[in-house]
Amino acid sequence: MAQLYNESFPEPVKPMVPKEETVKFLLDFSKALSVTRYKNMTFETLNN
Amino acid sequence: MKLENVQDAVLVRQYLEGNEKGIEVLIIRHKQRIYNFIFSKVLDRDISEDIFQDTFIKVIRTLKKGKYNEEGKFLPWVMRIAHNLVIDHFRRNKRMPKFQSRNDFDIFDVISDGEESMEYEMITFQMHEDVRRLIEELPEDQKEVLVMRIFKEMSFKEIAAATHVSINTALGRMRYALINLRKVIDKNQIILTR
Repeated sequence: MAQLYNESFPEPVKPMVPKEETVKFLLDFSKALSVTRYKNMTFETLNN
Repeated sequence: MKLENVQDAVLVRQYLEGNEKGIEVLIIRHKQRIYNFIFSKVLDRDISEDIFQDTFIKVIRTLKKGKYNEEGKFLPWVMRIAHNLVIDHFRRNKRMPKFQSRNDFDIFDVISDGEESMEYEMITFQMHEDVRRLIEELPEDQKEVLVMRIFKEMSFKEIAAATHVSINTALGRMRYALINLRKVIDKNQIILTR
């Protein structure tokens, strides 16, 4: 009986994380984004 | 000192000074917690992914614009942004409800063209015939009350007046009519479901 109980262990729960490409996209976005200030105005530019 | 061991506030400051590694460490450090928070609300991996991405786009833009007030609470701030985006998502969805087919569920399993199939009609007809026969087997006073109540949709007050008995007697006859019907159904194992 004990063997029966030990035969099937539940699947280990994988931690849920965002996809690698999402993280990579964010890092690339961060590198590409530049903010310029002129007087009291802010300009965003994406440099690819 | 490794960046992985540095406090959030220090990483934010380094990022604001131009060190891109700062945001990388922050994202990697908190991605699981933030992603799980979003997923626990929307219960969809793709939507969680989108909201996670939008959250950090907002974080990055706010930091780069210099609009972030560091009070040593980077994670609660990011969580609040994620929470607001989750609410936005639900608001949008409420306005534009959509149905997505998943592997275990297809909308076409539950919708029909509104017409009953011939088989369905035949089963219904058979059931009605069975019920009629069963009612015919009831004692006359019980049958009378049951027909008035179910088929003529009369109130017990009206039934009592029509049959010259008290309301309690009419209720009692209805009760016994149902008990007797159940007994016959059980005894003969009649199936009255589709």
